[in-house]
Amino acid sequence: MGTLSEFRLMRAASAADAVRLRAEFPASRFIAGGTDLLPNMRRGLVGAEVLIDLGGVGEIREMRRDGDTLRIGAGVTLATLAADPPVVAHLPALAQAALAVAGPTHRRAATLGGNLCLDTRCQYYNQSEDWRRGNDFCMKRSGDVCRVAPKSSRCYAAFSGDVAPALLALGAEVELLGPQGLRRLPLADFYVDDGMNWLALGPDELLVAVTVPLVSGRASAYEKIRVRGAIDFPLAGVAVALRRDGELIGELRVACTGVSSRPEFIAGLDELVGKPLDDAALATMERHLKRGIQPMETTLVSVPYRRRATPALAKRLVRRLWDEARQGA
Amino acid sequence: MKELLTLTVNGRLREDAVAGNALLIDYLRDTLGLTGTKQGCDGGECGACTVLVDGEPRLACSTLAHGVAGRHIETIEGLSTAGNLSRLQRAFHEHLGAQCGFCTPGMIMAADALLRRNPQPSRDEIRAALAGNLCRCTGYVKILDSVEAAARCGDVAGVAA
Repeated sequence: MGTLSEFRLMRAASAADAVRLRAEFPASRFIAGGTDLLPNMRRGLVGAEVLIDLGGVGEIREMRRDGDTLRIGAGVTLATLAADPPVVAHLPALAQAALAVAGPTHRRAATLGGNLCLDTRCQYYNQSEDWRRGNDFCMKRSGDVCRVAPKSSRCYAAFSGDVAPALLALGAEVELLGPQGLRRLPLADFYVDDGMNWLALGPDELLVAVTVPLVSGRASAYEKIRVRGAIDFPLAGVAVALRRDGELIGELRVACTGVSSRPEFIAGLDELVGKPLDDAALATMERHLKRGIQPMETTLVSVPYRRRATPALAKRLVRRLWDEARQGA
Repeated sequence: MKELLTLTVNGRLREDAVAGNALLIDYLRDTLGLTGTKQGCDGGECGACTVLVDGEPRLACSTLAHGVAGRHIETIEGLSTAGNLSRLQRAFHEHLGAQCGFCTPGMIMAADALLRRNPQPSRDEIRAALAGNLCRCTGYVKILDSVEAAARCGDVAGVAA
């Protein structure tokens, strides 16, 4: 691995200052925890002439509750999120997803915003410069062809953040600060199904916060499969939010990661509301889920395995939340 | 372009001219000659470069030197005092926690941070705290034994030794 390329490090004093610097220096990047960006820069995957350090921006590290909404600053670390009592109590999927990211040392540095904006990953991309040159590069960096789908005109690198599916299942929104001010977006609209341009984030915008509704009676959970149990990106990850009305499904929301170029909110599950959770319902969920995901050969682990494991994870989580809801009722 | 970096390393206040793109591991190893902090992998996957920043473990290979300006950095060199190993270091020695030794500085720094905030951790808590530290000799059992032994001794960190 090489050393870092030459760049200037500039410190932003506030979120507005960060956005101003970003507009002033087009070849710049924001840096918070740096656990994704710095290894990628060292591998020559990402270049920047200026890095804008967000470490001094206190306003993006705040968490506060406004009525039925929790507003979480994008600079809050994953370690904080995973252990925060209101998050653990009311948004368990979010706490579990934060805890599932990398190792404990990464989580102390890595931020919510960084995980939501995580670079997409692929076995042909997350390699040294020499390795990639030996394979004629790929379109995501320095090449023309997607090695995973050579006939395709787009890149299929997989979005591999753990926190995004949890927040999709929980119905979160993002707050983006740009030169024109603040805009809000449902998290689902923040992502694009394209491995090279996976964020609907303007070139001079900063993700400053996430707002998550606190819905009473809603249970949630996140689980992922990975090669190394202690620390690894997801081969597939699933978040479920479920509300049980007696013996009927009151609400069922499912989102996945690692199996498309964006985290996927699974559409069509509304049809299960008001029905019992039986084998037919789980089969319906599996059908929608398989339609919504598109794992490609972005990992060494096979595509058929990830296609089968994703609905298996979802069914396991749904059954568990369903049983827990009855015990709690 | 070099800029003045002020921070504390192993209890000593320092001011050094450091390039804006220098990583903390490069500053520690190349500028200060503190080569106890190891570079094991190519980017945040192994934990060998773990140091403490204000008492919390951080990966020196994925941290900019200027990103920790004004903070207190501790490396493996800071644990022994007057030539005496800290109890955690001694426990690794006595319980064969080090095999080839390459992961050991990172293991000890991560374990040291754990024992400071949780002096009597369970075996599972030790596992969780060291989850990001890889030992390619796979000597994990002895590493866990070493941390448990140090915890039993009561003393925690090199600073307190």
